[in-house]
Amino acid sequence: MRCHAKDCGGRRVSDIVMLMDISDERLAEAAAGGDRAAFAVLLERHYDRLFGLCWRLLGNRTEAEDLTQDICANLPARLCRWRGEARFSTWLFRVAVNAAHDRRRRAATRARATSGWGEWERNRRAELAEQAEAQDWLNLTMAHLSEDLRDTLALTLEDGLTQAEAAAILGISEGTVAWRMSEVKKRLRALAREEMTP
Amino acid sequence: MTRDPQDEFDRLTRALRDAAPAPDPATRQKALRLAMENFDRLSQEADPGARPIPDRPKARAGFTTGVRRMLSTLTARPVLAATTSVAALCLGLFVVLPQDQVPQPQTGATSRSEPPEPVMAEAQPAPDVPQMSDPQTVPPSPTVTVEVQVADAANSAAPVAQEFAAPADDEIAKATMQAAEPGPQDAADAMPPAPPGLAKEEVLSRVLRSRSSGVQRLVEHELKRRDADMHKIAPQANTEAFANADANPVRVTAEQPVSTFSADVDTAAYAVVRSSLMQGMLPPADAVRIEEMVNYFPYDYPAPAAGEAPFRTDVRVFPTPWNPGTRLVRIGIQGRMPAIDNRPPLNLVFLIDTSGSMQDPDKLPLLQQSLRLMIGQLRPDDQIAIVAYAGSAGEVLAPTEARDSGKILAALDRLQAGGSTAGAAGLELAYLTAEAMAAEGEVSRILLATDGDFNVGISDPGSLTDYIARKRADGTYLSVLGFGRGNLDDATMQALAQNGNGQAAYIDTLQEARKVLVDQLSGALFPIANDVKIQVEWNPTTVAKYRLIGYETRALAREDFNNDKIDAGDIGAGHSVTALYEVTAPGSDARLTDPLRYGTAETVGDADAELGFLRLRYKNPGEADSHLIETPIRPDDSAPDADARFAAAIAGFGQLLSGGTYLRDWGWDEAIALALEGRGDDPFGYRAEAIGLMRLAEGLEQN
Repeated sequence: MRCHAKDCGGRRVSDIVMLMDISDERLAEAAAGGDRAAFAVLLERHYDRLFGLCWRLLGNRTEAEDLTQDICANLPARLCRWRGEARFSTWLFRVAVNAAHDRRRRAATRARATSGWGEWERNRRAELAEQAEAQDWLNLTMAHLSEDLRDTLALTLEDGLTQAEAAAILGISEGTVAWRMSEVKKRLRALAREEMTP
Repeated sequence: MTRDPQDEFDRLTRALRDAAPAPDPATRQKALRLAMENFDRLSQEADPGARPIPDRPKARAGFTTGVRRMLSTLTARPVLAATTSVAALCLGLFVVLPQDQVPQPQTGATSRSEPPEPVMAEAQPAPDVPQMSDPQTVPPSPTVTVEVQVADAANSAAPVAQEFAAPADDEIAKATMQAAEPGPQDAADAMPPAPPGLAKEEVLSRVLRSRSSGVQRLVEHELKRRDADMHKIAPQANTEAFANADANPVRVTAEQPVSTFSADVDTAAYAVVRSSLMQGMLPPADAVRIEEMVNYFPYDYPAPAAGEAPFRTDVRVFPTPWNPGTRLVRIGIQGRMPAIDNRPPLNLVFLIDTSGSMQDPDKLPLLQQSLRLMIGQLRPDDQIAIVAYAGSAGEVLAPTEARDSGKILAALDRLQAGGSTAGAAGLELAYLTAEAMAAEGEVSRILLATDGDFNVGISDPGSLTDYIARKRADGTYLSVLGFGRGNLDDATMQALAQNGNGQAAYIDTLQEARKVLVDQLSGALFPIANDVKIQVEWNPTTVAKYRLIGYETRALAREDFNNDKIDAGDIGAGHSVTALYEVTAPGSDARLTDPLRYGTAETVGDADAELGFLRLRYKNPGEADSHLIETPIRPDDSAPDADARFAAAIAGFGQLLSGGTYLRDWGWDEAIALALEGRGDDPFGYRAEAIGLMRLAEGLEQN
């Protein structure tokens, strides 16, 4: 791979040890330039966090695993676009958020394609059944939040990610992030009130 | 009793953290392995044979659908010179780096804030360096400074290309010339084996470093070139891209007496307009190609008799509906009627886009229905093959005679949407299949059915259209059927069909499918003439000004008319082509320009009797030399027949939709009235439908 038309690294496994101390950004640069070991270290370093974020974005283990795999598999190609303008993790989160959006959109298209009220009704019932089965407070609560709010919440929970970075990833202003978070709290309050009411 | 909302929030965030499942080790490993495989594949595609990697996958088969989807723009481009395209795409993105990121000289201590380039040099040993136990992997290093200087030197030494010998320590200056090599690929290939020893490695790494800035410039240049190509072939703006150019202006005959354009039988624009209007929106002005709207309708032009030239022209001149001071010249060209009874067997390859975006009911399901309709109309000895591209890429149906319709229908039913668009790979397979089916005297045609998501190939439209044009020369034609709206890439469709000597049609309803596939099965699929060019020379004595309505995207240069190497539109059996000119007589009140004092025209024909002279060039299919048909245009000024009126009404419809500078106060009501007058027999209801659309458009415009 020579995204940047630079040289190809022919590194040995032993060098990976040395790579461990190198920053994400340098590894990404090297990987984009064709350094296999750098890419491996980068993946190794970020998979778990990426998976965590995907799970928070999608709320479903299988979906999250699929999405993480897609992102990883696509990463070599994506890295060509890596310009070192942001922290690697920020960049990667942006990739993840976008990929999650695409996935949801496709799912929506699929749902529409199998449209007709009969299908819609069946889906709705299936969904209800699923919810009843899960009876999971977390699932229910998250389901009450809109996608925008869920994405924002998922990102703000990333360790070490500032509100400004979260805003940049989502392509919104910092103020909007703050507003969305207060909105999350408002919804939670309303939800709590509903739960209290018999 | 209320709970503190803060508690709820904490509870949620805690739950989100705690409930997060731990990554499954097996899944994790699988994802990482896949990523590494793709990494290697990309390396290999960008730089074949640079270095052997033992765990490189043998075939593409290991891909999952999801990966394909996400990699759609990068992986499946083997037809189009895979080795360069991936690199080029990546390089194109690299270009975005501003020039001033070429690192400035700095001391080694400030490694953290270093710009990316020196990092590359450190982390990137040369491809062939045998031992990598060098200290360059340690981030801050004094070599950085040296390398940066080399890079600057390379910057100034750019446009010189030189043979590159093995570098020695004192040959750095020479090595920097390498930066101006024609391309990164070549540069890499020209790289000599690294001399042993650390000092040599250093030199090598400097050379590699220095190359990047020169390469960057080359890449920029290449990108600009490609960009220009892209616009030349298929102008694309957003997801729905339409090919159009500014409306043809009024020309002064004395200054520019000759008007030349390519015949075309595409009808896609009309269907796009219809689908927009049916959705309650006025179509984007760019989507309106008036000639395609006019040509959508069948007209009852006299057909050439057996043994004559394959075309007959029919010219009518009548007062312009929207301007009493001008006249409309309608040129109708009718192709020979198809010999339905003894047509040669057809070889049809359906190349069907089964990418995820084709799932909508108005895409793949409509396509399946349409093809079912068509299969009923085929002859028993026609052959059908189906190739799908996307997730289920590959041959869905091996060449099968149409008599075995059960097998064909079953294969059609098996088609499912899912996966990415790997158009280029699919196209290659379709051509291979078509070539295998071809026999003497038979016609082979690929029908590409897509929603326009042909993103893979079109990132390099030049090679794709070249490829199609090459195949066209081998005798396989390509038609494009567009389905669905949303990411319909009309411009690409048009470019593909035009290069493949085919027809581009947009199918939005089953009725349209019948029109395109069934009614015209015999016509569109049997070319009777290639490279049909139309040229009209206007007579300045009788025509002061003229304006060709539509055909903006099909204009040819005057000298291209007699140049048989210039490609133009193709006409199938039974097709007709209609062109409309609005002409102004000298002395007319409508004339907008002053006459020239010194006319230079030397008149050959009957200057007072003729409006102009129509020349038509065409080639018989498969032949290289063109034939010429010439017809004088005489002002008969008879009352226009229904066909002429209807064509004028549709031309007015198109102009109303696209801005209509020349229509004055002529509006929807007049267009509708004229179309009603010109409705004629209309056995299939096409004209009635158009009138309905005009009414719809009128209503939409008022809102």
